[in-house]
Amino acid sequence: MVDAAFLALSVITIGSAIAALEFRSMIYGSMALMGTLGGIAGFFLLLDSPFIAMFQIAVYVGSIAVLILFTVMLVKRELIFKKIEDPRRKFAGIGLMLILMMGLGSIIIDSGLRTIQTNEPAVDFRDIGEDFLTYYWPALILMALILAGAVTGALVLARREDVEDEQRAN
Amino acid sequence: MSNELIDFVIVSIALLGIGIYGLSVKRNAIRMLFAVEIIINAANLNLVAFARFIPHSGGQTLVLFSIAIAAAEVAVGLSLIIVAYRMYQNIDIADFRSLKG
Repeated sequence: MVDAAFLALSVITIGSAIAALEFRSMIYGSMALMGTLGGIAGFFLLLDSPFIAMFQIAVYVGSIAVLILFTVMLVKRELIFKKIEDPRRKFAGIGLMLILMMGLGSIIIDSGLRTIQTNEPAVDFRDIGEDFLTYYWPALILMALILAGAVTGALVLARREDVEDEQRAN
Repeated sequence: MSNELIDFVIVSIALLGIGIYGLSVKRNAIRMLFAVEIIINAANLNLVAFARFIPHSGGQTLVLFSIAIAAAEVAVGLSLIIVAYRMYQNIDIADFRSLKG
């Protein structure tokens, strides 16, 4: 059986995921997305992984959601409040969502996952640090390079050359 | 622990369904990015849930990598949207026609 914290978290997470996609204003939408990401962090806490929950809050709620919020503010006002979607595709999309949920859900419920329970102690976060520095160290370095490359690429892409040329001319 | 593995997997399936709905119905580029984020989070939740019930530290390590890569993906995606918005003055992906080549 699930407990009350799990029920509340799943209502918050799924409700704000729907709200993030369906709110007319994209600013409220991105705030609802923050709710979804925070709800996932709550699930991580329920799963006894506080380190991942902290990482999730720092990276997702703290930086990605705020970055999205600032990008939404850069867009014209009419576009923020306009719903841009295919009305014809809407019902097909809802149907696809329901079929996917029912299909995957019935497969999962019928499978052997239903009986899995555990009383073993949770993984210590020291093990994660050890993993990072022993077995996964090439991946860690590669990830650092990818992050640096992605951030540099994003800056180069978003640069406005016309404004810079004007400033140089002045 | 009173919660079972299947509960977490079902929440993750619901989030996956909502994300796929958003990707297929919306034409707003920023909202499609929201949907991608929701799908990535569903995958992360699944990984941590399975890692808790095995229990093994590999799942949590993989989720840390996944979160970092998702951060890079969002930075690049948002700057691409900004560039496209500057070119077309719109964020409707049906308007981004010259990308067809």
